[in-house]
Amino acid sequence: MPVEIQGDTRIWRRRDRAASARHFGATLAVAALVVFCAKIISDQTTWEFVGSAPLQGADLAMRMWPPRLSYLTELWGPVIDTIHIATLGTILGVMIASPLAFLAANNTTPSRALVRPVALALLVTSRSVNSIIWALMLVVIFGPGMLSGIIAIALRSVGFCGKLLYEAIEEIDAHTVEAVASTGASRLQVLTFGVIPQIAPAFAGISVYRWDINIREATVLGLVGAGGIGMALQGAIDTLAWSRVSVIFLVILGTVVLSEWVSAKARAAVI
Amino acid sequence: MSATLPSQTPRTWRRPPRIANPRTRWTLYLGATLYLIWALSSVDIDLPRLLEGLSRATEFFAAALTPDFFTRWSDIRAGILESLTMTVVATAAGIALSVPLGLGAARNLATRPVYLVCRAILAVTRAFHEIILAIMLVAMFGFGPFAGVVTLVVSTIGFLGKLIAEDIEAIQWNSVEAIDSVGASWLQKVVYAVLPQIMPRFIGLSLYRLDINFRESAVIGIVGAGGIGATLTTAFDRYEFEAVSAILILIITTVFVAEYLAGAIRRRVL
Repeated sequence: MPVEIQGDTRIWRRRDRAASARHFGATLAVAALVVFCAKIISDQTTWEFVGSAPLQGADLAMRMWPPRLSYLTELWGPVIDTIHIATLGTILGVMIASPLAFLAANNTTPSRALVRPVALALLVTSRSVNSIIWALMLVVIFGPGMLSGIIAIALRSVGFCGKLLYEAIEEIDAHTVEAVASTGASRLQVLTFGVIPQIAPAFAGISVYRWDINIREATVLGLVGAGGIGMALQGAIDTLAWSRVSVIFLVILGTVVLSEWVSAKARAAVI
Repeated sequence: MSATLPSQTPRTWRRPPRIANPRTRWTLYLGATLYLIWALSSVDIDLPRLLEGLSRATEFFAAALTPDFFTRWSDIRAGILESLTMTVVATAAGIALSVPLGLGAARNLATRPVYLVCRAILAVTRAFHEIILAIMLVAMFGFGPFAGVVTLVVSTIGFLGKLIAEDIEAIQWNSVEAIDSVGASWLQKVVYAVLPQIMPRFIGLSLYRLDINFRESAVIGIVGAGGIGATLTTAFDRYEFEAVSAILILIITTVFVAEYLAGAIRRRVL
């Protein structure tokens, strides 16, 4: 701890001189970068529009209120589709992610030099591309509809589930695995009796957590044509039917809250 | 452990089922199967469209292998730079706002009314997907990066604020008491006893959020909130898959670089 002596009083400081100069320099550099970027954004902003934002917001709220609740009956189909997209997408994603996770984990990969980096790269690629972007691509290939949405959700979930899963696999207790291996078990038997029972709770927890996230993601996939309630939202926005938009928002909010509750219950049950 | 009768040889061990009650187990299996059948039957697979899609797919993958960075380079460069500036501004503002909210939403630091208000703000900011926020904010602020920045700020607050609050609730209280015992004010307690304890994770989370914000900035452009997303949708709409591939490669590369830099910063700071 650097202590500065001024006359006969000793003053405690958090950093010594050189460290505080470096710290100051770094802070200044970050601040300058932020200000520079803020300047660019501000130059591209029409400030009159921003100034009128409260007015616009109030206007929007008035158009949205009251929500046209009669529209609700047309929304059940899309909501159920959204839930199907999230569930089937999660299942498919976990199905792809599990083998990848075993290939990526340090202690179960067949080859640390060759297979592991490839599996890791696949996982990172899946995570860097947002599900909406996956959906944009898949709509081009499969056409608009649920199928594109399901695959988009799956492709995005692979990276997330795979990463958490391989970390869980790397944290398992090696003794159990050794014990099973010492009885002369085959590679597959070691996996089923030594590894899988240890990661099963984490595996279930991760899947449920991802399903919860996927419900949220599935609500907007329809904006690019990949099925679900987002398609109804797109239609309502395009026709400026704001009283319908607000109904859709309420339904989305309800679905998200419900899925959060379900996933919390399910996680408590499995972990 | 269920084993066959001891008199029988050889004895075989069978793994106990995960759900002990057979009735619950089979009901769950049946329910899951029925649900799967229902869900799968609602997927609309249009076979002719799929076959048409296959030719598109080959075209798409061929294009993915030959990314074209040059034809639309000025658009792509402008888009990426705009996304980066949006990310920096939004992350900085988001961090600045989420610290006080996080302090307020920590049960052990804030008084009950403050706690409830802050928790409510955090819950509302987390409820909606970024895209939906962006749609609303574009309607309010007009097209362009400003609406995008506000979107990212709001979702950053929801994410960081909640995690900071949870971190603060988990700190060791002794150091706060120690500082309290020398007569420190509330602010001094926060600065000298609370913040040092949450700093490492806070820096880690902020860097992680920087990364998320960049990825999100690539998406909210689809609804008109600035950034590379706008360039991306245009390229998609024109079926310019070579440009799409170039943009995706740039996004993935930036995320890789960001992850590497974040790792380097974390090692130096922590």
